[in-house]
Amino acid sequence: MVASSLQLRDVGKSFPAPDQPLTRQPVLETISISLEAGELVSLVGPSGCGKSTLLRLIAGLDFPDSGELLVDEEPISGPSAERGLVFQDPNLFPWLTVRRNIEAGLAARGVLQQKRSEVKEFMRLVGLEAFADAYPHHLSGGMAQRVALARALINHPKVLLLDEPLGALDAFTRMRMQDEVLRLWQNRRTTMLLVTHDIDEAIYMSDRIIILTQRPGTIEQIIPIALDRPRDRSSSDFLSLRSEILELLHFAGNRTSEVTA
Amino acid sequence: MLQGQKISRQSQVTVGSVPSDQVRAESTERYALSAQEKKHPTAALLTVPVTAALALGIHLFVAKNEPPNESRTYTIVLGSFFAGAIVAAVMQRWWPALQTRMRRFRPLFTVGVLLLCVWEVITSGFRMLPLPYFPSPAGVVQSMINDRGLLFDSTWHSLVLLLSGYLLGVVAGLVTGVCIGWSGPARYWGMPLLKVVGPIPATAWIPLAMVISPSALISAAGLIALAVWFPVTMLTASGISNTRASYLDVARTLGANARYLVFRIAIPAALPSIFVGLFMGLGASFLTLVVAESVGVKSGLGWYVSWAQGWAEYGKVYAALVIMACFFSTIMTLLFKLRDRVLVWQKGMIRW
Repeated sequence: MVASSLQLRDVGKSFPAPDQPLTRQPVLETISISLEAGELVSLVGPSGCGKSTLLRLIAGLDFPDSGELLVDEEPISGPSAERGLVFQDPNLFPWLTVRRNIEAGLAARGVLQQKRSEVKEFMRLVGLEAFADAYPHHLSGGMAQRVALARALINHPKVLLLDEPLGALDAFTRMRMQDEVLRLWQNRRTTMLLVTHDIDEAIYMSDRIIILTQRPGTIEQIIPIALDRPRDRSSSDFLSLRSEILELLHFAGNRTSEVTA
Repeated sequence: MLQGQKISRQSQVTVGSVPSDQVRAESTERYALSAQEKKHPTAALLTVPVTAALALGIHLFVAKNEPPNESRTYTIVLGSFFAGAIVAAVMQRWWPALQTRMRRFRPLFTVGVLLLCVWEVITSGFRMLPLPYFPSPAGVVQSMINDRGLLFDSTWHSLVLLLSGYLLGVVAGLVTGVCIGWSGPARYWGMPLLKVVGPIPATAWIPLAMVISPSALISAAGLIALAVWFPVTMLTASGISNTRASYLDVARTLGANARYLVFRIAIPAALPSIFVGLFMGLGASFLTLVVAESVGVKSGLGWYVSWAQGWAEYGKVYAALVIMACFFSTIMTLLFKLRDRVLVWQKGMIRW
């Protein structure tokens, strides 16, 4: 089994308010999500609604105030190599070459000696063999993000959490990277939870889209995407789904901001 | 595919990172031919030999004021410099590496030799400065050669003392720095101690060190270590505690344990800051070494300077200072080389 199922039950999280340390601001409230093994789900919502916080909770980097998080029915007790996390900033270790960055996943678990042969395979997977000995600051944004993906994938995580991984890329690189992530997902069938700002990206990639409300974030709606893959970004089904979601987010039909010539 | 990568790479240049090609281009440009050099290549080539010849001429002219023994040695020194300059000027035609090097150092050499001339003119030439406090360059060179045995011995003792104290201080500083930077309790107890004890100049402990230590040498090594320990600890701790939280988060989601986080993430991330501490500590160690040698230790260059001063042999004082300058700057250069090796990943990211 390569993928894990993921259950969130009534998860809530609050942080101390920046100006009043005694009061706590709720960031997430009563979030209940269930992901089947191998599902690709997107998380969309206004900024500050706690999407990243939710990913950190699932990664085990933070702990919820209430509710429970289960992976394969087991509660999450801390970070683990079984739940990979990729941020918007690739966060490559600048003191390591591309190859050693990808190896870091194995080295961190102390299994580099046994599994060194896989490193090459993963560099090929993300198309970076030619840059094996380059340092991260020589890479473009798209290349760096591919290294970050390879670094997370080399541990064969059963859940991959993506926190706006393509957010900083230009439109063309972003579309190409969407296909690459999809290809990786289709080959490996990892459970993926993708946070994104980009509605097109969410529709193009996911099985379901979860829309969160303003802070404190709660689930506003879950939209299944029944389109066949590979999806056509300009098909009428795609576009009608798009306007439906924009409507939900209260953007559609609002043309007051449009420039009138 | 590759095309797209290149385009996005160019658009990705951020404020903090200068692409390495640009840095390299600038540095080669700086030592490229100037307009005058292009116009008069031979004249530019002859700058250093001509200056050396000038220095030699001035020296021979004023040498009659000096004891012949002293002036002969300096004649040989300047003469060989002149010969070397001629040989280099001829050789560079067939040796490109030498050519760029000479182009780079030509102004420095010229001005350096001119300053020697000025020194000789105001001392031996016009006797403008009182003796024995201000000997001529010839006198300094002669002292250096006459007393070479003792000078060599002193340099060796200084080297041993400096290195033992410095390495001890660096090891101690790295250990305490990593502890204070990483662990909360160590920070709570260590930081106040560091803030109170650290700023005291190591030399202020000399009275105490003399009382408690069995030998002056050991107490001097301890004082140098103390002087090094403070900046190394401070900068290591700050580097470790400023490690980007996201590096640690990434490593934890990759399955890293605490040991990996400290030794493979926090310490490498802190290395640029640690090297600043190492450089500051090196400066402090030079100071402490010389002071400790002048007041307690009966060997080394610091001792030699105060001993020579006691006999009013100022030629020897300056000879020791010249050696000290070469000695310390060599060690400094070695540390720079080490930094360039260890922090090679920063190349092109920051200007050194």
